[in-house]
Amino acid sequence: MVPLSWYLIFAAALFSIGLFGVLSRRNAVAILLGIELMLNSVNINLAAFWRYGDVLQMTGQVFAIIVFAVAAAEVSVGLALVISVYRRRNTVVADDINMMKW
Amino acid sequence: MTGEQIIFILVALFTLGSGFMVVTTRNLVHAALWLVSTLFGVAVTFALLNASFLAVVQVVVYIGAIAILFIFAVMLTRKDMRDQGPQTNRNWWVGVLLSVLTFAGLFFLLQGWNGLSKTASAIPAGFDAISELGNALISPDAYVLPFEVASVLLVAALVGAVYVAFNRK
Amino acid sequence: MSFWNDPLKVAADWLIGVFTGWGMPEIAAQILIGFLGIFLLISLLMVLDIFLVWVERKVVSRFQDRIGPNRVGPFGLIQPFADIIKLLIKEDTTPGGADKVVYNIAPMLSMMSVLILWAVVPLAPRIIGVDLNIGALYIIAAGAIGTLSIIMAGWASNNKFALIGAFRQVAVMVSFEIPMLTMLLIPTIFAGSMGFNAITEAQDVWFVWLAPLAAVIFLIAAIAELGRAPFDMAEGESELVAGYNTEYSGMKFGMFYAGELLHAFTFGGFWAILFFGGYRFFGLEQVSAFLAIAVIIFKAMIGYWIIMWVKYTLMRIRIDHMLGFNWKFLTPLAFVLVMVVALLNALLAGTPTWLYASIMFLSNVVLGWAALEIARSYSRKERTRLEGAIQVVEVQH
Repeated sequence: MVPLSWYLIFAAALFSIGLFGVLSRRNAVAILLGIELMLNSVNINLAAFWRYGDVLQMTGQVFAIIVFAVAAAEVSVGLALVISVYRRRNTVVADDINMMKW
Repeated sequence: MTGEQIIFILVALFTLGSGFMVVTTRNLVHAALWLVSTLFGVAVTFALLNASFLAVVQVVVYIGAIAILFIFAVMLTRKDMRDQGPQTNRNWWVGVLLSVLTFAGLFFLLQGWNGLSKTASAIPAGFDAISELGNALISPDAYVLPFEVASVLLVAALVGAVYVAFNRK
Repeated sequence: MSFWNDPLKVAADWLIGVFTGWGMPEIAAQILIGFLGIFLLISLLMVLDIFLVWVERKVVSRFQDRIGPNRVGPFGLIQPFADIIKLLIKEDTTPGGADKVVYNIAPMLSMMSVLILWAVVPLAPRIIGVDLNIGALYIIAAGAIGTLSIIMAGWASNNKFALIGAFRQVAVMVSFEIPMLTMLLIPTIFAGSMGFNAITEAQDVWFVWLAPLAAVIFLIAAIAELGRAPFDMAEGESELVAGYNTEYSGMKFGMFYAGELLHAFTFGGFWAILFFGGYRFFGLEQVSAFLAIAVIIFKAMIGYWIIMWVKYTLMRIRIDHMLGFNWKFLTPLAFVLVMVVALLNALLAGTPTWLYASIMFLSNVVLGWAALEIARSYSRKERTRLEGAIQVVEVQH
């Protein structure tokens, strides 16, 4: 039997890896990749809590499905923005998109 | 070490390894492909948790749409086919520090937590997760409101993404 | 259960007896038998795939008013073996500058995405790989993996034409997944479950009589998913060399080609399962499991023949027309159809079967006719806008 804590630690590790990706990468698309990893780790947490809690309460799965929808929406808008910025400024390096900084 | 534990450890190592490759590889298309294998590992984890609908929807939505969107975006935003410059920014050590601290903190917290039952209870016989999920998503005293709001959100994202990325030539 | 009724269980029990007799623990014997079953299914599918190459070439030749291969063996039956041997002994090239790992994995993923579809196909009342209760959604997931393999093939070839072909093919596949997914909901509504066994068991009246428009839309979307004509942007030979498999030669190309044929046959099979009763044929499947397998293979062959018929009769559609057709005609029609079917299914919940079937059939026909009328009026307006009003030509005697 796999204890619940194993799943939670697995999700925490995936979250930390995604966090590292978001904080350290230069390319905007790579930052979005890190965000996807974090959202997936959240989904694993939700599914694990559903399974190890009361299976008859579908809250965990419903929440995970809403996270799917939100992740899809966020990725599509984020990538549309990145492509639009690339068309204007011809770069996707996050450091160079600094028109609003002094 | 039961068989289930061995399978879980293998799947977890595969997923974490692919995730690590996502955030460290130089070639962005390779990063997107490693993301595909990470997402597949997460789908297998869902299947291990008896959330079969989530596993299949993970493959359809994440691998079949979002990962392909990433590959398209990577190919549309590169000046040529080679990769140039460093992939990590100036403060990458802060990123390492923060992620290690986060993981250490969470690991320490979750080690001894005994909140829910440590091992999974058996699924009651005749339990059809799909119909229960469908009921939960539609029934008024369950989650129909978040469901409808999520669909409005998706329409907004659809219109917004098309408008932002539209090529007005 | 005698052997003729339930061959798989009899064989499995006998094998378990043999293996435990050799001293293997029970769990290892069951895992081994699972692997043997998968191996048997895949071997039979590969043999069928070779046969499909012959079928394809003979049928295309008949459509084009010629005889087709008839030199190698009687009726050209050994022709596919000659083809496979030729592909195997060709040089295994990799284009310079290509991404080796991705380039080599792409044909494997493409073939894999087709083979895993057969895990949910109900071959007989008690012969199915795994009776997933979300079988209908599983085939979309397998299609998603196929889409990924096409992008990998196009990108890894380091060839601009291959990349463009792959992009177009993937855009078409991702777009046409929506009407296909929506049409999968209609047998789900009728059967009350997404599992293929349940869908087959619920077809006392074939679903094609209940929802013919759904069958047509599913067929169109499936042909677009397969990347066959008239939707074959990827293989537009006169446009893009050979699309995403330009740089592939030898057996890697063979895997793409054979995978595509098997994929077409599989979707013929799914069309038969979802709308034409699957392995059911007026009670014939209860007699023997082998008869059920024969029935479903026969129906899948008919579906495959219809897909080939469409391919070799219609001309290729332009990419923007293809996508416009999907987003402006097929998807709205699919959504309206699902709403109408769900509404009628709820309203007619307790009525006798003949009334239910005839009302459903009528609603589908009316909806299809209305959609065609709207499309016709729209195209008439477009044509008058482009060409001016239709001139009445007077015949001068």
